[in-house]
Amino acid sequence: MCNQSVGLIQSVIEKQGIPTSSISLLREVTRKVHPPRSLFVDLPLGYPLGRPHDAEMQREILVATLRLLESDQPLPILEEYQVREFSLS
Amino acid sequence: MAKFSDLTFKYRLFMKTYRYRSYDWAPGTTMVKPLSESRIAVVTTAALYRPDQPPFDESIRGGDVSYRVIPKDTELSSLREGHRSDAFDHTGVEKDKNLALPLDRLRELESEGVIGSVNERHFSLMGSITAPGRLTSETGPEVSAFLREDGVDAVLLTPV
Repeated sequence: MCNQSVGLIQSVIEKQGIPTSSISLLREVTRKVHPPRSLFVDLPLGYPLGRPHDAEMQREILVATLRLLESDQPLPILEEYQVREFSLS
Repeated sequence: MAKFSDLTFKYRLFMKTYRYRSYDWAPGTTMVKPLSESRIAVVTTAALYRPDQPPFDESIRGGDVSYRVIPKDTELSSLREGHRSDAFDHTGVEKDKNLALPLDRLRELESEGVIGSVNERHFSLMGSITAPGRLTSETGPEVSAFLREDGVDAVLLTPV
C-alpha cells in the first residue's frame, strides 16, 4: 500500500501548490494512482534507493527523481530508471 | 525485482481486487527556481520515527494516517522503523535509513550545489493505509501547510 499512499499524499501536496516527485516500486499501482511525477525503479520492495551504504547508487536514483521536477514534459510523468545491476550480497 | 508475480499470493489477490484511489492534482505545478536554488523536503511512508516519538499504531483498521516530524539534523542510525507490512524486506532500511529518508545524500547534494538546501524538517508516515480518506482530507493538507510554512520548493517522496 506504500505506493498508493505515496501517490496520494504526493497529489495532495502538488494540489496545494508545491512541486513533487516520487519513487515508485510498483509501476502498475503508480499507473492507477497517477501522481504528477514518478520514477519507477525496478528494485525489490524495501529498496527504493538501491543498496544499503551504496552512496553512489542512492545518489543516482535520488538525482534522477529530482530531475523530473525540471522536466518540461506534460504531466503526469512516469519514467523508468535503468537499473544496471543489483544484488544484495 | 518488485514485479507483480513476485508478491505472495495474499498480496496478489489483494491487489487484484483492491480499488486503487487517486486524488485530482490537476493542473499541477511548475518549478519556479532551478533545483540548485531549491529547498527540498522528504516525505516517506517507511514508518520511521525517533526514539522520543510514539511508534505507529499497527492496530488501526484501514491504517494509521498520523505522521512524525523528522528534523534535518537527526542521526539517521538513531531512527526506528516500525512498518507493519510483511510485503517487503525490512533489512535494507534497517541497515541504512538513507534508502527511505536520504538525508545524508541530500546534505551532500546541498554542499555540492546540486540542490539549494535541505529543509529543516521531513515527514514520515506508515504507508500501509487501505482506507486513505483521512490521508487525503487531513494528513496531506496538514503536511502541506508545514511545507509551505518552511518555504519548501519541492518535495521528494519515497515508498518502501
